[in-house]
Amino acid sequence: MDLKELVTYKLKEKFPEVEFDITDYKEQLAVTFGKKNIVNVASFLKDDPDLQFKLCEDVTAIDWARRKNRFTVVYHIFSLKLNSRIRLKSDVDESDLSVDSVAFVWKTADWHERETYDMYGIIFNNHPDFRRMYMPEEFEYYPLRKDFPLMGIPGSLPLPKKDE
Amino acid sequence: MEKITSREEVPTKILQALLNQETDITIEDALENEMILNMGPQHPATHGVLRLLLRLDGETVMACVPELGYLHRGYEKMAENMSYYEFIPHTDRLDYLAPMANNVAWVMAVEKLAGIEVPPRAQYIRMMVSELARIASHLLAVGALTMDVGALTVFLWTLREREKILDIWDILCGARFTNSYTRIGGLANDAQPEALAKIKWFIEQFEENMDECERLINTNRIFVERLDSVGVISAEDAIQIGFTGPNLRGSGVEFDLRRATPYMFYNEMDFKIPVYKEGDCLARYFVRCDETRESIKIIRQILDKMPQGEIIANNPKRVLPKKAEIYSKMEELIHDFMIVNFGISPPVGEVYSAVENPKGELGFYLVSKGEGNPWKCKIRSPSMVNLQALPMLVKGHMISDVVAIIGSLDPVMGEADK
Amino acid sequence: MGLEAKLKQDGFFTSTVDALVAWARKSAVWPMPMGISCCAIEMMASGDPKYDIARFGSEVMRFTPRQSDCMIVAGTVTYKMSYVVKKIYDQMPAPKWVIAMGACTSSGGMYRSYPVVQGIDQFMPVDIYLAGCPPRPDNLLNALMQIQEKIGRTKARDFQDIPLPELPVIQNN
Repeated sequence: MDLKELVTYKLKEKFPEVEFDITDYKEQLAVTFGKKNIVNVASFLKDDPDLQFKLCEDVTAIDWARRKNRFTVVYHIFSLKLNSRIRLKSDVDESDLSVDSVAFVWKTADWHERETYDMYGIIFNNHPDFRRMYMPEEFEYYPLRKDFPLMGIPGSLPLPKKDE
Repeated sequence: MEKITSREEVPTKILQALLNQETDITIEDALENEMILNMGPQHPATHGVLRLLLRLDGETVMACVPELGYLHRGYEKMAENMSYYEFIPHTDRLDYLAPMANNVAWVMAVEKLAGIEVPPRAQYIRMMVSELARIASHLLAVGALTMDVGALTVFLWTLREREKILDIWDILCGARFTNSYTRIGGLANDAQPEALAKIKWFIEQFEENMDECERLINTNRIFVERLDSVGVISAEDAIQIGFTGPNLRGSGVEFDLRRATPYMFYNEMDFKIPVYKEGDCLARYFVRCDETRESIKIIRQILDKMPQGEIIANNPKRVLPKKAEIYSKMEELIHDFMIVNFGISPPVGEVYSAVENPKGELGFYLVSKGEGNPWKCKIRSPSMVNLQALPMLVKGHMISDVVAIIGSLDPVMGEADK
Repeated sequence: MGLEAKLKQDGFFTSTVDALVAWARKSAVWPMPMGISCCAIEMMASGDPKYDIARFGSEVMRFTPRQSDCMIVAGTVTYKMSYVVKKIYDQMPAPKWVIAMGACTSSGGMYRSYPVVQGIDQFMPVDIYLAGCPPRPDNLLNALMQIQEKIGRTKARDFQDIPLPELPVIQNN
């Protein structure tokens, strides 16, 4: 069976109580589900002998700039056995801006989650080393949110003084 | 400087992360002196602006924490504010050792999102410049690694070969370096006969020059002993940490995106994938040297197989028309105006497209809401993931090995910091 | 050259101390390559056999600021990196000159965004601004020749007794 049917069957069999929304746009499979089950679904997809999604390629987030479910956390994972990729997505609301970390499932996710925190402000629970990635520690804003201007906020990043 | 006596005295988070790192390295030493050393952003041996905080016992590294962000230029935020065409020169500066390969990756992602078919001649030329970029990047990587380890001559020889490739690019598209050669739907201009003749000349004489460079160092005892069994990573750990590209192939995993998920015409090309099992710095160095030879084979096949034809797609709503027609015909003028000012508007959706860059897998994740600018653009850079393995690899080695390990991982900070 | 003609005549020549010191300084400008991003690759390329920078006396690219004359800032300077660049500039002893290589250091370049300093002259004095993205190695050699001309016009007494700035020793930084 092809990838979409295999993944749908396996996920529905193992997690009957979770709602999955599986779409297939331009031959790329995307699975959307609630954020409580991220760690369970991720470990299942990694350890199952038929699927073996061992390579996590990317962890990021999207800011939709709307009131309800403002952010979506996106994971891209790759299976060396099936030579194919799927995308996992789950919505995060602004009132409860935290997600469980998958850094213990895939080690790559460690730095990617730090970068997502740095850029969007989404907190990852149980992260092994949680601090900002690119911006200095004292920076107070989250740059990639839609309400942060492109040129930055003047005064938020100080410069050394020029001596004449 | 006062000695740190307790953990409460340490103010900043990064130093706390360094001290909290678990280390299983213990050394029987009468003088108990643990030192924190800062291998700062400005250092001749780190490839660019990378800051390393090392916790040392004598000269042995017990823990290491890298700090990135000194070259963070805000690419993803800029991509949300400019159209897909305007972002092409920015992709050059991501992995600035192989600029054409990044251009090809970006336009492939946009074409996938917008559903544009590229004519075959353009795809063949794109493959050819990607492979040339691969050779250029590996030449510099090998040269920089040997320069860090101590052999300065090889660096100048590989730079001499790289200059020939930069000359070829100069003839092809006018710029030596950071050339934005690809356009959405094809290429900027056709490959001139002089460029093709020069490429043919280059591949004839490249193999023996590469052999000459390798003969200098491959059997040199100092070189081999400095790199052998240094920075070993097993295949399982490599997949877990997210390696792709030559670093993964140096650990025994046969995975190449050109074979696993073929794009352009790579499934018609006949080439081997070099794989070495040991997982140390020497294996990664050999993988890079062998990959340059495989790229020469691919270019030879491309030069034989390349068809004649168009080099840009014929899709008036999404692809810029030819310059001569813009100045003389009405419809092309209107299309040009609309595309330049309002951008191509791909349908609502998202796409993730990845290619095999010389450093690893470069992926672009684009989310479109139907406007001229992307709603979100995420750049999955291989160098950031390669650097993530650094704390694991340097544990237990000396400081001079840190330099060799960074050289063999081959990070480019323009890509790692985005 | 005029020197050999003088040697044949009586073996003396008169000059000012300024001219002699300026000639010595400009013939061996040791650059301090602050290579940050893409322009650094073109700076390395200006050292390779095709665009030899050694014939201008600048072969010694010391990475330590204490032994160099001219700092070539090559690459985009971000706010986080600006402290590092200024610290290294302060460590160079006088006389010192700065080449701002490329569009990013001159004015921010194509990066009009939140973390990039729009031109390093906001926190550092600059002598030569180089245009290009990246400038070709020939262009860098041109800038070096202009620096040499500028040095040729200086007076030696301008650089006497300039103390090194006090660098604050920050613990646990």
